[in-house]
Amino acid sequence: MSVIDQAAPQQYRHLRLNVLRYDPRHPAAKPHMQEYQIEEADSMTLFIALTEIREHQDSTLQFDFVCRAGICGSCAMMVNGRPRLACRTLTRDLPDEITLAPLPFFELIADLSVRTGKWMRGMSERLQTWLHAQEREVDICRIEERMDPDLAEQIYELDRCIECGCCIAACGTAQMRQDFVGAVGFAKIARFRLDPRDTRTDDDYYELIGDDTGVFGCMSLLACHDVCPKSLPLQTQIAFLRRKMAAQGL
Amino acid sequence: MANETLIIHAGLADKSRKNRWPARFDLLQSSTGLFLALFMWAHMGFVASILLGESAMWTITKLFEGYFFFGKSYPWLVSCVVGFVALVFVGHALLAVRKFPINYRQWRAIRAHAKVMRHEDSTLWIWQVYTGFLLFFLASAHLYQMFFWPQNIGPFASSDRMWSDGLWPFYLVMLLAVELHGGIGLYRLTVKWGWPNASRQTLKKVKWALTGFFLVLGLATLAAYMKIGYEHRAHAGERYTPDWAVEQAAHRGDGQ
Ligand code: HEM
Ligand code: SF4
Ligand code: SF4
Ligand code: FES
Repeated sequence: MSVIDQAAPQQYRHLRLNVLRYDPRHPAAKPHMQEYQIEEADSMTLFIALTEIREHQDSTLQFDFVCRAGICGSCAMMVNGRPRLACRTLTRDLPDEITLAPLPFFELIADLSVRTGKWMRGMSERLQTWLHAQEREVDICRIEERMDPDLAEQIYELDRCIECGCCIAACGTAQMRQDFVGAVGFAKIARFRLDPRDTRTDDDYYELIGDDTGVFGCMSLLACHDVCPKSLPLQTQIAFLRRKMAAQGL
Repeated sequence: MANETLIIHAGLADKSRKNRWPARFDLLQSSTGLFLALFMWAHMGFVASILLGESAMWTITKLFEGYFFFGKSYPWLVSCVVGFVALVFVGHALLAVRKFPINYRQWRAIRAHAKVMRHEDSTLWIWQVYTGFLLFFLASAHLYQMFFWPQNIGPFASSDRMWSDGLWPFYLVMLLAVELHGGIGLYRLTVKWGWPNASRQTLKKVKWALTGFFLVLGLATLAAYMKIGYEHRAHAGERYTPDWAVEQAAHRGDGQ
């Protein structure tokens, strides 16, 4: 660091972003790294940095954002080797040199943009991640059944999942086995299993996750737990499901 | 039975009710791993008795051969124990090998994944695969030898194996593989099935402490056998009998 830098009232770093670029619609192009340089700014997120690059340096760079607030789950990417939400990642928490790559596992649209939604929808259909209530006559004059606030809190805790796909990108099992359900799927099953309105039993859940593409395929590497941007309690939930599903074999 | 086979062959096996075997396989994989890992710790205790002296190790050996119960040694009793451990071992290997990367694409994917992520637990799993694969061969050879020649276990016999037969490098590699594999495996069992009120950091610290302890103990034990083997090299093949047993035997007028 030079003397001039130190003398400046506010010193901004010079960031170098190495981005893995590839567009499958141009098969002649090969996957390659491209470097962009940018001046850091106050509370700069990767979202801001990428937008600035796209506006002022390279309009062909592709990446996804919607909410910019860690809610929609569209902006997950590999940041220096770990899956993270770009909109929730401050550049000041990163070194000067930042490497960006698309999430693995999911269908690549181009550059940093992947189609997580398509896989998530398939997973939802496969695991039937919606409330299965027994058909009952609904009496609108009666007060609704109450739910214990603690239980509601537990369900809410798992409902916070934004389907960003970070847990799948971090999962070694998923990298080897494309048909693996993954932590997001386990979180959903755990959520409906908790819900007293869902009438499914463990026998039913076993049909959904009782094999090596499901909970028995998980090798407890727990990278999912370590990267989940919403800090879902994936470790304890997967262990819990494993115990319940293993009990089905006794 | 024939109908059942036909249904499986048509790819409809899970259409009525999902098979319960994946659940049992998972339980068996973990319980065989648990048994083997705990057995290996006990085993370390037995072999490390050499650090207390030759007669201590001799006593342990004779205990397993039933000498103190029947007044006579039956090495086939050791073969029985070895046979049982070998069965569990084969079962564990069969179940665990399902998790191996089974083709180049999977192998490349998991390697790149570990390198990119530099995530400790994921990397430890790859070590488990490496060491498990090594044990396939090393432990099989060791179990084979102990099953068919159980009488060749003892303070001098084992030391001669290390030194005069030159097998110490084999045992060194097996020691490293088994301690790493078993230690990581036990840690994985705790996170896989859940361990109440302990953070992963704490569990991992305990795991490394235990692995460190057993590695040091194992290396010291190996060194002790090598030293005895070196000093005994001129008489390789001769068996150890403690002085008091020699006297007792002479008293009773029988061989052993
Ligand atoms: C042929 C030899 C062996 C092979 C190929 C092998 C392979 C494996 C593999 C690949 C795993 C990981 C399974 C998973 O992630 O789900 C594993 C787990 C384990 N192994 Fe081994 N292993 C062998 C021998 C041993 C021995 C001798 C011990 C005892 C020290 C042992 C103890 C364990 C334990 C405690 C686990 C954790 C169990 C689990 O995750 O369910 N293994 N083994
Ligand atoms: S569980 Fe966490 S990492 Fe996985 S999709 Fe949901 S929010 Fe993302
Ligand atoms: S614990 Fe590991 S194997 Fe299981 S879902 Fe999470 S990252 Fe994947
Ligand atoms: S843009 Fe919605 S989570 Fe990042």
